[in-house]
Amino acid sequence: MALNVNQPLKREQAKVMSRFDLISRMVAKIPDEDAVVGGIGWTNFDLWAVKRRPRNFYMLGSMGLAVPIGMGVALAQPDIHVFALEGDGSLLMQLGCMATVAARKQTNLTVVIMDNGAYQITGGQRALSDEGADLVAIARGCGLEQAYWAADEDAFEEMIALAHKEPGPRLIGCRIDKEKPRETTERDPPILKDRFMRALGVKQG
Amino acid sequence: MATETWYEITVKVLKKHKVDLVTYVPDNVLRPLIELIHADPYFTAFACAREEEAVGITAGAWMGGRRGIVLMQTSGFATLPNTLASLSVPFQIPTLMMVSERGTMGEFNIGQQMVARTMRPVLDTLMIEAHTMTRLDEMEFILDRSMIQAWATQIPCCYILSPLLTGGKVFAA
Ligand SMILES: Cc1ncc(C[n+]2csc(CCOP(=O)(O)OP(=O)(O)O)c2C)c(N)n1
Repeated sequence: MALNVNQPLKREQAKVMSRFDLISRMVAKIPDEDAVVGGIGWTNFDLWAVKRRPRNFYMLGSMGLAVPIGMGVALAQPDIHVFALEGDGSLLMQLGCMATVAARKQTNLTVVIMDNGAYQITGGQRALSDEGADLVAIARGCGLEQAYWAADEDAFEEMIALAHKEPGPRLIGCRIDKEKPRETTERDPPILKDRFMRALGVKQG
Repeated sequence: MATETWYEITVKVLKKHKVDLVTYVPDNVLRPLIELIHADPYFTAFACAREEEAVGITAGAWMGGRRGIVLMQTSGFATLPNTLASLSVPFQIPTLMMVSERGTMGEFNIGQQMVARTMRPVLDTLMIEAHTMTRLDEMEFILDRSMIQAWATQIPCCYILSPLLTGGKVFAA
């Protein structure tokens, strides 16, 4: 895919956007069949706040595993697209997963990174992503070649739409502000899992 | 008829229960099993960077309707308590694990030995079903029945492969 101006390779070239707004745009854009996995951190809360989307899975712990869990869903459901939403702090804990996704060429997976340069949920401490660790560059170094920063909201939407046009895997880096999430995800793991599995048609009755 | 090896039995039972996704971080003792699985197109098998990731992938696959198992050595298991306690157990995801037991019966590395001792207390604390497999003639029964139980109860299951079963890793005296 040709490199276009809306898909910069450097973090500084990306606009700082709103997490709630980006997730709203994403949810509006993708088909209901697609699955979304929300990592821990505030990304999870805004995913919950945007819409009670049946094919969303919300983690409550296991920091850094949104991408592996999303990859597992993608392996099990090759006919749908899976989006893994992860915070920068979380991804920094599990960088190896990007190499796994790249090596397996998981075509139906898109990783969306919400990079606020901080661990917001634990008090806003500075993260390594704000000290020079560029997660898109790391993704590329892992072999995930279709990794770009979203220059702005329109570019983000274009990149989300690509999921259904060209095979992945793909990683979209989003620089976001430090705004608080709108709601808090319900903390009832078996129910969250049950809803997700029924929405996928894996559990019936 | 030659008796089946532990790894042939494992592959047979995995197929019986339609467990076709195998994620792992390698171990020397597990090598014949990993080789057999890779040679068989029935399986999707690959190494991950970390065991946590391997568990995350099979957990996602389970929710998506596909059965998997994670292979590792005892040191790998020692990296997993957080993942098991915050993902598999509370979400009731029947994570299957097969752990080659290192650090015992002829180990030379005290690091391996100490790490190995942390495994059973963690399994017990998390109320994860665990079986130490020592005998070839019991293996099929344990694997088969415990998988059925894991699916039914949605509680993870850990198969510990004792050196008594696998021969372990042999070091020069
Ligand atoms: C293994 C582990 N270490 C630390 C924590 C505490 N913790 C929970 S969320 C979080 C920060 C998440 O940061 P990020 O993914 O960037 O999301 P944000 O809060 O910024 O949205 C931390 C450190 C944890 N849950 N698990």
